[in-house]
Amino acid sequence: MGNYPMAPPQASNFAFEHDLIFYSLVVLTVIFTVIVGAFVLFFAFRYRQGNQVNRSRPFHEHLPLEITWSVIPLLLGLVMFFLGAKLFVNMRVPPKDAMEIFVIGKQWMWHIQHSNGVRENNTLHVPVGRPVKLTMISQDVIHAFYIPAFRVQYHVVPGRYTMEWFTATKPGEYHLFCGMYCGTQHSEMVGTVVAMEPKEYAKWLANGGNTAVPMSMEQAGAKAFSVRGCNNCHTGSDTERAPSLYGLFGKTRKFTDGSSAIADGAYIRESIFNPYNRVTQGYSYQTMPAYAGQLSEEEVLDMIAYIKTLGSPASAATNAPATGVMGGGVNPPKTPAVGAMGARESAAQPRTNLAVGALSRQNGEGR
Amino acid sequence: MSAPAIEASELTAPHEEQKNYLNADHTVASWLLTGDHKRIAIMYLISVSFFFMIGGIFAGLIRLELISPTGVLLESETYNKIFSAHGIVMIFLFLVPSIPAVFGNFLLPIMIGARDLAFPRMNLASLYVYWLGGGLITLGLLTGGVDSGWTFYTPYSSLYSNSQVSLVIIGIFFAGFSSIMTGLNFIVTVHKMRAPGMTWFRLPLFVWSMYATSVVMLLGTPVIAITLLLVFAERTLHLGVFSPELGGDPVLFQHLFWFYSHPAVYIMILPSFGVISELMANFSRKRVFGYHFVAFSSLAIAGLGFLVWGHHMFVSSQSMYQGVVFSLVSFLVAVPSAVKVFNWTATMYKGHIRLQTPMIYAIGFIGLFTVGGLTGLFLACMGTDVHLTNTYFIVAHFHYVMVGGAMMGFLGALHFWWPKMTGHMYNDTWGKFNALLVFIGFNLTFFPQFIVGFLGMPRRYHYYYIAPEFTPYHIMSSAGASALAVGLIVPAFYLVSSLRGKRKASANPWGAHGLEWQTASPPITLNFVETPIVTDEVYDFSHMDEYEQRRGTAEMTHPGEGLQQDKNLDIVGTKEDK
Repeated sequence: MGNYPMAPPQASNFAFEHDLIFYSLVVLTVIFTVIVGAFVLFFAFRYRQGNQVNRSRPFHEHLPLEITWSVIPLLLGLVMFFLGAKLFVNMRVPPKDAMEIFVIGKQWMWHIQHSNGVRENNTLHVPVGRPVKLTMISQDVIHAFYIPAFRVQYHVVPGRYTMEWFTATKPGEYHLFCGMYCGTQHSEMVGTVVAMEPKEYAKWLANGGNTAVPMSMEQAGAKAFSVRGCNNCHTGSDTERAPSLYGLFGKTRKFTDGSSAIADGAYIRESIFNPYNRVTQGYSYQTMPAYAGQLSEEEVLDMIAYIKTLGSPASAATNAPATGVMGGGVNPPKTPAVGAMGARESAAQPRTNLAVGALSRQNGEGR
Repeated sequence: MSAPAIEASELTAPHEEQKNYLNADHTVASWLLTGDHKRIAIMYLISVSFFFMIGGIFAGLIRLELISPTGVLLESETYNKIFSAHGIVMIFLFLVPSIPAVFGNFLLPIMIGARDLAFPRMNLASLYVYWLGGGLITLGLLTGGVDSGWTFYTPYSSLYSNSQVSLVIIGIFFAGFSSIMTGLNFIVTVHKMRAPGMTWFRLPLFVWSMYATSVVMLLGTPVIAITLLLVFAERTLHLGVFSPELGGDPVLFQHLFWFYSHPAVYIMILPSFGVISELMANFSRKRVFGYHFVAFSSLAIAGLGFLVWGHHMFVSSQSMYQGVVFSLVSFLVAVPSAVKVFNWTATMYKGHIRLQTPMIYAIGFIGLFTVGGLTGLFLACMGTDVHLTNTYFIVAHFHYVMVGGAMMGFLGALHFWWPKMTGHMYNDTWGKFNALLVFIGFNLTFFPQFIVGFLGMPRRYHYYYIAPEFTPYHIMSSAGASALAVGLIVPAFYLVSSLRGKRKASANPWGAHGLEWQTASPPITLNFVETPIVTDEVYDFSHMDEYEQRRGTAEMTHPGEGLQQDKNLDIVGTKEDK
């Protein structure tokens, strides 16, 4: 259509199915509008005042007719509901081997971090043909990570990790938008998604993307861990002051109030920001400062990456190749907590009890 | 037909000025301290029209700015304040009060044969509270504006925005109480003050829709009031409710906000449904098809409308399972809306259709609402909502419902009951031409937005230079907005000038059915000389022909049967007066 594009490019695994549903709905809309419009105009013409036509036996109530035009839209609606829900569920459950990339939204830019530490702003490079899972958090207000060509969008919320995933299917450059109004320069919180052939992506990643790689996420996390003095108390074994973090990730933690939880990214983030929300059994002194407001979301992600390595075989730490550790596809992580960062996502984690009271459960993170 | 009211107006000589609610008293105090629902309605009409104009000017600025991908006049900050102001003014100060507070107020007591609403002083108080709310919002806009959008999503509104959020929130809080008072008044009035013989199923459908609207107002509005107060408390006292930095939950705000704001959509559209039912019946001269279904579908929409708020939050990090339930219920709520459209269409079958101005608006409404309602399915459908939410698709959708639906209903009502409210007849040719202009301008404005939204243009974007391929659609949309603007300005002239014109309206210039057409135009202060006794069914036009013969209006009802010398249908009164 030249200068009048009628549809965005189809560049992800979801695009075709989305468009199929979309165009089905377009067809339904057109059919119903044309039927109603045609009847209205026809009646308005034929039964206009003064036109001599047969008006005998007009009727005012007709139950079979009412049932017909209730049930047909209802059934069509249910079909569309089912198709839409099926696609949505698919969008909310990432494959286990998805490559994880981290997104931090802040007014008014996208900060993106690849697992080997390559960072980029307002640009996202992804390989074609491989599922990519974005773990996202906001540092200030709510944003939304929206890639029209991929038909994916999800809110990026402060205080909570959210997830969206896709498999790019066509190399190219696509729009990246902030979909959720976030303040003055909302319309400039935009960028480009670059889908590359896997080989080119690997090369790009190895060359450190567009900028020099300072260090991997684990390395950055290890550095932050020592700069903040975390290692003074959190040592290789439990001490009087603090529990050890070795082998913590993915294990079940018991708390003083009797509850327990799996130590995932969200739990670690909570414990860094608000250590006394849930205190590990056996500890009562309030010795750790709360880091809420002290650490950026980026530093927390680094630290989580580092804590994941503690006590695991790869914990020759600092030089470990990042992909394996962060749940990339090359060396799947040993812990079952696939996509641990996104574990809050009800969809990502088949915890059945989430369906009930899911709201309050998800809130836990912000407190 | 109950006759007393008609007889009374007929007895008076036409040249003498009759006493009516408008000229009963001329002092300013008699208006400001009135308990008369009709005077209050007129003051509401002036007020909401004023705010509609303000909101329209903001809309014009938005469309002007979007002609170019890099903006035309404004800074981003100003642009954000303008689209926020457009939404806030249009929704809280125009759409929500428009039909209920103006036409509901004016007509509901007359339609059920009552002398006034149940609580006239509370009615007046609601107007003052509305003015207070409107005043505070205006003050907020004049002293810096708001840049949070009309949705006030936290934590942006509570901690990050440096604009007059607090003041405006309090303004909306008051405006909300105004609708609570109106709703309460309507419910009590419908229950307790129906004239003898006016059974529930003799109520005009406009009354049914007002009743359903009132229920939603009464149950929904307190929630938004509390929610906005909590935002206010978080802004001013740093009480942590919604902001994660203070220990709150930003998504909780969205739940509370949409718990009101989705039903609020029905507060805006249900009254229009009522208007369209009246117009369809009266201009087809036939009982509304499936009266009971249309009446109960209003209640079904009002009830189900409270259970669908989560469809605004599919991608807000709400649980997927919640989303599925909300999506399902949203599809269900589409059914009663579809039922209404089909019943209106069937009403025209074998009718005697008069294509006068209000009917043109009603037909336009059916077209636009059908598109608006059906495009809502794209957003109730979870898989497509992911892509379309937060884009111009959603902007186009809710403008088809709110402008194409609620505003067309408002204009239809204004043109239908204008002669009743003022006693003057406007020029029907101007009206018809203008209704067509509004319809075309509207489609030109908002249809391109569906396409640009599908392409991915996010809403609330000031610049789109990153995606220049969106430009042609924005230019089309802005061109359409100019046409629409003309279509909204012209009525102001021909309606206002009709007040000075010679064309007086008779008691029933349309040959319409209903108690409001049995009293004089404009009605006397207490509506009826004697309380009418209702003996005929609703929309029963079988007696109407006889009635019109008696009123000398046969030439208008039956132009095809010999009396064709004058087809100008609205000058019945004038002919008599000569």
